[in-house]
Amino acid sequence: MNTLALVIEREYISRVKKRSFIILTIAMPVLLVLLAFVPMWLSQLNDSGVKNIAIVDKTGLYASELKSTETYNFQVITAAQEDDYKKQIGGDIYGILTISNDLSKYPNSVNLLSEKQAPASLQSLIQNALNEKVTQQNLDNLSTQSNVSDQSIKEVRSIIEKGGNVTVSTLKWGKDEKASKTSTEMATIVGGAFTMLIYMFILMYGGMVMQAVQEEKKSRVVEVMVSSVKPVDLLIGKIVGVGLVGITQLVIWTVLTLVLFLGVSFVYNTPEQAQLMAQAGSMGMGDIDVNNIMESIVSLNWVEIIIYFFVFFIGGYILYASLFAAIAAAVDSEEDTNQFMMPITILIVFAFFAGIYSIDNPDGPLAFWTSLFPFTAPIVMMVRIPFGIPFWQLLLSLVLLYGTFILVSIAAAKIYRVGILMYGKKPTFKEMMKWMKYS
Amino acid sequence: MFYLETRNVIKQYAEHRALDGVSIQVPQGTVFGLLGPNGAGKTTLIRIITRITAPDTGEVLIKDRPSTKEDVYNIGYLPEERGLYKKMKVGEQALYLAQLRGMKKEKAYRELMIWFKRFEISDWYNRKVEELSKGMQQKVQFISTVIHNPDLLIFDEPFSGFDPVNAEIVKNEMLRLKDEGKTIILSTHNMESVEALCDNIALINKSRVVLQGNVFDIRKDNQPNTYKFRLTGNKFDLEDQAFTILSKEPYHEYIDVRVKKQENIDNKYLAKLIFDNYDVVSFEEELPTMNDIFIKTVTSK
Repeated sequence: MNTLALVIEREYISRVKKRSFIILTIAMPVLLVLLAFVPMWLSQLNDSGVKNIAIVDKTGLYASELKSTETYNFQVITAAQEDDYKKQIGGDIYGILTISNDLSKYPNSVNLLSEKQAPASLQSLIQNALNEKVTQQNLDNLSTQSNVSDQSIKEVRSIIEKGGNVTVSTLKWGKDEKASKTSTEMATIVGGAFTMLIYMFILMYGGMVMQAVQEEKKSRVVEVMVSSVKPVDLLIGKIVGVGLVGITQLVIWTVLTLVLFLGVSFVYNTPEQAQLMAQAGSMGMGDIDVNNIMESIVSLNWVEIIIYFFVFFIGGYILYASLFAAIAAAVDSEEDTNQFMMPITILIVFAFFAGIYSIDNPDGPLAFWTSLFPFTAPIVMMVRIPFGIPFWQLLLSLVLLYGTFILVSIAAAKIYRVGILMYGKKPTFKEMMKWMKYS
Repeated sequence: MFYLETRNVIKQYAEHRALDGVSIQVPQGTVFGLLGPNGAGKTTLIRIITRITAPDTGEVLIKDRPSTKEDVYNIGYLPEERGLYKKMKVGEQALYLAQLRGMKKEKAYRELMIWFKRFEISDWYNRKVEELSKGMQQKVQFISTVIHNPDLLIFDEPFSGFDPVNAEIVKNEMLRLKDEGKTIILSTHNMESVEALCDNIALINKSRVVLQGNVFDIRKDNQPNTYKFRLTGNKFDLEDQAFTILSKEPYHEYIDVRVKKQENIDNKYLAKLIFDNYDVVSFEEELPTMNDIFIKTVTSK
C-alpha cells in the first residue's frame, strides 16, 4: 500500500472510530425524527381521556348541533344545574359552555368556562358547529322574506357549502416545454437547509483539518512523519481523509433520517392517526394539503440537487480546508492562528449571510455575484439551485471554484511543506509568499 | 567503501546559509558522529540526507551512486524533536509508522512483537500514547525508527529523556545494530557517548565542516603532549629540558605529576628519564576528551 493511501486510511479510521463521531452520527437523525414526532405524540397523549363538556343552552337552539367526538363528550344540562357543575370543573367536567342568547342576533353571547386554557381544537370544533348553525339560521330567516325565491336560497346554500377554496399553484416552465408544479416554500426550505448544511460542514470539517495539522505540528509528530511521507501526501491525506469522514456522516444522516421517518410514519399510518396529523398540522399552519406537500417535494429535482450539493461541497471544503491547513502549518501558537483565521472566517460568514439574503431573491445581483465568486459560491449556490438556475451560471461557478481550489491548494501545499517544519517566530504574509517560491 | 557521502552541499534559506559546501564521508558499518553547536546546520544536513529537503547544489551519494526516492525506505530517522499521535494506541502507532516505511502489515506486526519484548513494553501495546511516560514514548520512537531494518540509521539526540538504565539499553542496541553491519549517524551533544560509540565524526560549525575524521586520530592529533605519572613518595623535583611540570598533587602515599613534554622528545626518552629516578606506579598519556576538542574547535574560530 502506498503512503498516501495509508495516511488517508489512518485519518479516516481514527475519526470514524471515535466515540463522539459515532454518537453524533446516530444521534442527529434520531433527534431530528424525535423533534418531528414527539410533539405530535405528546399532544395525542393529552387527548387520550374523554373530556366532558356541559352545555347550558338557554335558547335550546344549539345544543343538538354539538356532536360528541372521541375526545369531547357534550352533555346538556339545565341552567339550574350550572352551579353544581361549576364545582366539578377540573374534575369530571372539563368545562361549561354557556349560550345565553340567539347567536344570529348576538354572536358574542356564548362562552366556554374551563379551568385550563381550552385547546384550539376544542375552540374550533365549537366555533365551526355554531357558525354553521348560525348560517343556517340566517338563511332560514332570508327564505321567510317574500322577495327571495326558494331557488335562490338553495343556490346560495350550495355555494356556501362548496366554499371558495382558492389555492395558488406555482408552476415552473421547464425546458421540456411542460409546466411542472413547484412550490416556492419547498424550494426555500430545501435551499436554506442545504446552505446551512454546507456552511456547517465546511466550518466543521475545515476546522477539523486545521486542528489535526496544528496537533501534528505541536506534538512534533510531523518530524517523524516527514521522513517517510512527503509533506504534500500528508496534507492531501489529511484533507481527503477528513472529507471522507464528512461524506460518511452525511450519507449516514440521510439514510438514517429517511429510514426513521418512513419507519415512524408507517407505525403511525392508521387512518385515525392521519386525521390527527392533519389536525395537528392545520392548527399551526392553516390548511395544508398533504398531497400538495408531497407533490412539491417530488417536483424538486432531487438527483440534480444532491449531485450539485456534493460537487459544491467537495469544492468548497477542499478550498477552505487547504487554506486552514496552510495557516495551521505556518503558525505555531493558537493565538497567532486566530489572526490569520480572521479574514477567512469573515469570508465564510459573509457567504453564509449572502446565502440567507439570497433566499428572498434567488436571482438578484447579490445572489448572482456571490454564487460566482469561488469563496462564497458553494454556500450561496445551494440556495439558488432548488429554484432552478441557468446552466451556464452553474458551469461558470464550478469552473471558477475548481480552478481556484486547484491554485489555492497548490499554494497551500507549498506553505504547508515549509511551515510545518518551522518553529518559533511567527511568519509574516510576506514570508509565506516567499515560501511558495522554494523548490 | 563509504556507505554515505555528501559532496559540497549548499543550502540557502532566504538570508541565512544553513549549509556551506558540506562534504562528509560515512564508512559502511560504522557509527558516525555528527557534532556541532546549536544552529550549526546539523538538522538541515540530516533533512537533506533523508530527502525531506533538497540541497541547492551538491549531491548525496549512497554507496557511490546518487541517492534516490527509494533510498528513503532504507533509512531510519529518529528526529530530535519527535512526537507521537497522543490519541492512538501504542501498537497501532508503531504499526502505522512501520507501514509508512514500506513494511507489510503482517511482517511489521511480527517484528514489533520482537522489539516490544526486547524493550520490555509488550504490556503497553494496547495503551494510548498519552498514558505513556516520556522514556516509554522514546522507546516506542526508537522502535519505529529501526523496525523496518534499514541499512542507514540516523539518531538525533537519541538519549534525551532516558534514565541511565534505559540509555544503556539504547546504547547497546546501537552497538548491536552496528555489529549487524548497519551504518549509523549519531547527532548528539553528549560527548561521552561520542567517545563510547563513534568511530568517526564530523564537527559542523557555522554551516561548515571544521573537523572530520576518526575519533581516536582526532584525539591524538589534538594531544597537548601531556603525561600523567603516579609515583611513590611525596616529592618530585626532577628538572630537565625535555619537559615542564604542569602540576604536582599528593595522593595518599603517592604523588601525581602532570608534565608537558617538548614536541621533539619521544615518549621513550621521557619515560626512561623518570623511571630511572622514581618508583613509577602508573604512566599515561593524557588524550583530550571530545568535550575539550569540541569547545576548543568551536570557540577558536
